[in-house]
Amino acid sequence: MMSMFERKIKKQIGILLILAAFWGVIDFMIKGGIINPYYELNLILIGINIILAVSLNLINGFNGQFSIGHAGFMAVGAYGAAMITLKAHLPFAIALLFGALLAGICGILVGLPTLRLRGDYLAIATLGFGEIIRGLIVNIDYIGGAYGLSGIPKLANWTWIFWLTVLTVLVISNFVNSTHGRATISIRENEIAAEAMGINTTKYKVMAFTIGSLFAGLAGGLHAHYFYTIQPNTFNFLKSFDILVMVVLGGQGSITGSIIAAIALTILSASLQKLAALRLVIYALLLIVVMLFRPQGLMGTKEFSFSMFSKKSKDKEGKQHGTAIGQ
Amino acid sequence: MEVFLQQLINGISLGSIYALIALGYTMVYGIVQLINFAHGDVYMVGAYLGFFATAILGWSFLPALLMSMVVCAILGMVIEKLAYTPLRNAPRIAALITAIGVSLFLEYGMMLLVSPQVRTFPQVLTEVQYKFFGVVITNRQVIILVVTVALMLLLQYIVHKTMIGKAMRAVSHDKQAAQLMGINVNNTISATFAIGSALAAAAGVLVGIYYNAINPLMGIMPGLKAFVAAVLGGIGIIPGAMTGGFLLGIVEAMVSGYGKSLYRDPVAFVILIIILIVKPTGLFGKNVREKV
Repeated sequence: MMSMFERKIKKQIGILLILAAFWGVIDFMIKGGIINPYYELNLILIGINIILAVSLNLINGFNGQFSIGHAGFMAVGAYGAAMITLKAHLPFAIALLFGALLAGICGILVGLPTLRLRGDYLAIATLGFGEIIRGLIVNIDYIGGAYGLSGIPKLANWTWIFWLTVLTVLVISNFVNSTHGRATISIRENEIAAEAMGINTTKYKVMAFTIGSLFAGLAGGLHAHYFYTIQPNTFNFLKSFDILVMVVLGGQGSITGSIIAAIALTILSASLQKLAALRLVIYALLLIVVMLFRPQGLMGTKEFSFSMFSKKSKDKEGKQHGTAIGQ
Repeated sequence: MEVFLQQLINGISLGSIYALIALGYTMVYGIVQLINFAHGDVYMVGAYLGFFATAILGWSFLPALLMSMVVCAILGMVIEKLAYTPLRNAPRIAALITAIGVSLFLEYGMMLLVSPQVRTFPQVLTEVQYKFFGVVITNRQVIILVVTVALMLLLQYIVHKTMIGKAMRAVSHDKQAAQLMGINVNNTISATFAIGSALAAAAGVLVGIYYNAINPLMGIMPGLKAFVAAVLGGIGIIPGAMTGGFLLGIVEAMVSGYGKSLYRDPVAFVILIIILIVKPTGLFGKNVREKV
């Protein structure tokens, strides 16, 4: 038992060292000018998209609730954080925390009434809330109205975004593997059975929704402090769909799937940038084709790990993760 | 009072458009339980076909309307066959994502085809204004209402008096039982998509002559709002979609009429949330007990 614990610690330290090395190399290359600003921008976008996709995956993939208003929470976080640095002149970390918490509170407020709804109705309700949040921002002149906020200090950089992305993935994957996470997953598998087993389904649904919204707010804060300006239209319907596509393509219920999809789609989107309208046509066709031939997404509910490649440990994993039943 | 009456008239015109689009949503949802996100874009395609017929071919209003409806009916069937039929037994979310994909494809495919610029509809009908008690009604508003009501009556006739309508009602009630009774489910679903798309196309042409301007992304907002209208009336219920559409149109016109036009969009969604929380089955819906 003790040795297993030690092995786990060793493995985690190993992962941390690899991440630190990766961060250091990229950081050095950015500062040394080897990575030009265009590639840096895409690295930043990948980080933000990973945070968004992984946090939405907690709601859609692990909890089985269908939310399509994620950009709304991102907007709350972006505006919340920008207000703190712009009007209150407080440090960046406090701004990010405030934005994330504000988005989390909105998540509770939206989640409590709407999570009683199921399936399509919930999807439409979250979409409605996303649009309401955007509509409210457009109507408040103090925060820039329809023109948006500009002149936000550029405080987010590769270091912030890299480590906050790592933090997000860590928190959400640990949550999923905890007792609470198991309860959350059981709701996806069968809500009525979960309730019969004594799981407070409302509590866990709101919990997953709130955590997801909180990290969307964090991503919003980072977005605002990297791109100087934010406009209500940045966080429209289409942005929510962008995030949703990442989650679905990667596999609902697979954190590594979301990460892979976020990286792949950000790169695809960047490389198709010159084609303008054609980019979205290709994007749409890709979406349709993937859904027709692989509706469970790239990874399904499986996680990518290096032990996947050795057969022995694969069998062991299979037994341990008996809960991950394909939908 | 005059403002109220004037906005009521405007609201009914706008509501006719929403009601026509909402009918397609509601019928498709009733039969395959799919929120057809591409429906708003079929309406956009309908508007462009109307533009093509009137501005380039020089047709008059009625032939343009009919042509647009027929072509969109075919488009609706093609979308259903290519994108939705293979996913009929897949998880619902897969079908929903596909619908979003089709929607994006239509929007940006159209943008490539006709460029993103706003097109001005030709003056197919010269505007005539009638004044009653200080309220202005244009002949276009009258035509919108007349066409909408005529199409709704036709739809009621099809659904309640014809074989295909009977088949549609049977399939939406119980797909398997309908199949056992010898109803061709695939054809019935196709017919539903065709009828819904034709109604959306009619709405597109009507919007073209009413507002005069069309663009490739015009379907997004009306599509969402028509969905709100369908939910408001009770999704899957045809008279519900009609009522919901008119109600939503009137509320929106009132909000804009009393100087809060920027709140027009949020108000529609606030209505949606209230309905979903208070009575998710909609105004005309009945409670169905869930079986374990």
